[in-house]
Amino acid sequence: MRAILITALSATTLLLAAGCQTTPEEQQPSAAVEDRKPGAAKPQAQPVERPKIAAVDVTAGKPDPSRALKDPNSILSKRQIFFDYDKYDVKDEYRPLIEAHAKYLRENPSAKMLIQGNADERGSREYNVALGQRRSDNVKRMLVLLGARDAQLESVSLGEEKPMCAEHNEQCWAKNRRGDMLYSGEY
Amino acid sequence: MAFFYEKLGGHTRLPKMTQLLLGLVLVAVTSHAAAQLSIEITGPGVQRTPIAIVPFAGENTVGTNLTGIVRADLERSGLFRGLEIPPLSPHPNENSPVNYGEWRSRLADALVVGSVAQNPDGRFEARFRVYDVVKQAPLGAVAYLFTKDNARAAAHRIADFVYEKLTGEKGVFSTQIAYVVKRGSNYELQIADADGERAQYLLRSNEPIISPVWSPDGRRVAYVSFEAKKPVVYVHHLTENKRQVVASFKGSNSAPAWSPDGKTIAVVLSVEGGSQIFLINADGSGPRQRISNSNSIDTEPRYSTDGKWLYFTSDRGGTPQIYRMPSTGGEPQRVTFKGSYNVTPRPSPDGRVLAYVTRDAGKFQVALLDLSNQQVQVITDSDRDESPSFAPNGRMILLATVRGGRGVLSAVSSDGRIRQNLPYAGGDVREPAWGPFID
Repeated sequence: MRAILITALSATTLLLAAGCQTTPEEQQPSAAVEDRKPGAAKPQAQPVERPKIAAVDVTAGKPDPSRALKDPNSILSKRQIFFDYDKYDVKDEYRPLIEAHAKYLRENPSAKMLIQGNADERGSREYNVALGQRRSDNVKRMLVLLGARDAQLESVSLGEEKPMCAEHNEQCWAKNRRGDMLYSGEY
Repeated sequence: MAFFYEKLGGHTRLPKMTQLLLGLVLVAVTSHAAAQLSIEITGPGVQRTPIAIVPFAGENTVGTNLTGIVRADLERSGLFRGLEIPPLSPHPNENSPVNYGEWRSRLADALVVGSVAQNPDGRFEARFRVYDVVKQAPLGAVAYLFTKDNARAAAHRIADFVYEKLTGEKGVFSTQIAYVVKRGSNYELQIADADGERAQYLLRSNEPIISPVWSPDGRRVAYVSFEAKKPVVYVHHLTENKRQVVASFKGSNSAPAWSPDGKTIAVVLSVEGGSQIFLINADGSGPRQRISNSNSIDTEPRYSTDGKWLYFTSDRGGTPQIYRMPSTGGEPQRVTFKGSYNVTPRPSPDGRVLAYVTRDAGKFQVALLDLSNQQVQVITDSDRDESPSFAPNGRMILLATVRGGRGVLSAVSSDGRIRQNLPYAGGDVREPAWGPFID
């Protein structure tokens, strides 16, 4: 998984770097037209010359790493962690996802994340706030262990109040026992 | 018998009433009239006292059926049955001599007669007397002054007076309830009279609102709003129509509970890790004081009426159970032992009983624990009963339940024998909180 991530990031970097180089190349065709002048036939050729376009490329310089957060091919676009009934620990299958986000947070110290924990609808609303908090706290703890800084992270709970799925069965409840990782501007 | 103005004569009575009625009016922007709850009695009542409430002479000038509201209030308590009153000639008022034999023959055990007159300043004055027909004795008389807009509030005061004279305990018809209505992704924190009428919203939001709780003086409501994409505790000042953030620490802020003196709010914060109970000043000033100290969940704090204890839910023993600790902090004692899921402690106003929610075979129901002998009685029979809230006289418990797939409020007597459903025209109703007595 990590390899895929690095590949994805490298590909992005390469594309962006390529973008930087295209600007001078695009200016060359106008020079090519001028070069043709000496070899032209008798009719006086009218010079065809367009004024140079003053292009500004704001993507130049550092690539915007947050693009990967929205890139469906990047693991960073995945934000949900599901929990078993009455369980609060992050299952092993989510470790690569947490590692990827921890790496992102490490490499982007100004990035901030809100982790919202959720519970299924059964039982007391306030107790479910506490259960959701236990889930988001565990996600946060794992991110910190993997190198994210505490100040970048806030773990909160929405209890049972924001279900993804509204039906009253285990299939739905499983979707609602969830942690969502959201970066600034996404909530 | 001379009329007395409830406390000590008309002059002291009036400002108090005015103060109360102003409070009721200024609560919030008016909401749509559709947001009303209606009430029906579905359970068989206990022995209900037959009562004749004679329409007050001249009450039709008010434009509100005062005695109809009084009758509905008394019947809703489950303790009274209003008798149909045929046209009477001459129509009696509070000054008419009472023919006890005649009312006995109509099978009335109690009688209310009165009149309404309009004063030169435009306000109405209702004067009435309550009689015990069986004992052939007058029980009391009182007069209330009110504007046309506050006729319903006046009717509830009349019902409270009658109820107290006949039962010896304070009525709760003049109290208010708070609850949350969800329609789609729209949430409203509403307050209404105890009969569900005159509903107004305090807060309207596109994010959830939970855990409303009345301050002991009835002037403020604390609640948890998720409008900041996380739970934050607010205090809403009803008459001033303003609200303030009282707990918005990093992490979650929830489960507010007022101390009996109204100065402190116990809240659950995750700012120091986990969900732990803290005390904060009710005005949001000063530092927080942590009073629970566990690696477990400690939540849903509630003060005992005497302020000495904080009941709370904790999973420190492996399953969620109710504990209590001294309200200044200290060693917790476990309170519930039966069952694997006991949450949402609500001490009764007299401190003798603890209402809470228990899970049995996947069903969530309201139970009462007698704190003197540890007897447990489950008093509801639905699948998803939650958020019990005692009436300030301890007689009824308001709770949230689910019927026909949607959330509704229900009230059950604290002996479990009387149950009322409060159907609602649209949306999900939940998170009820019964307000205090207001004098």
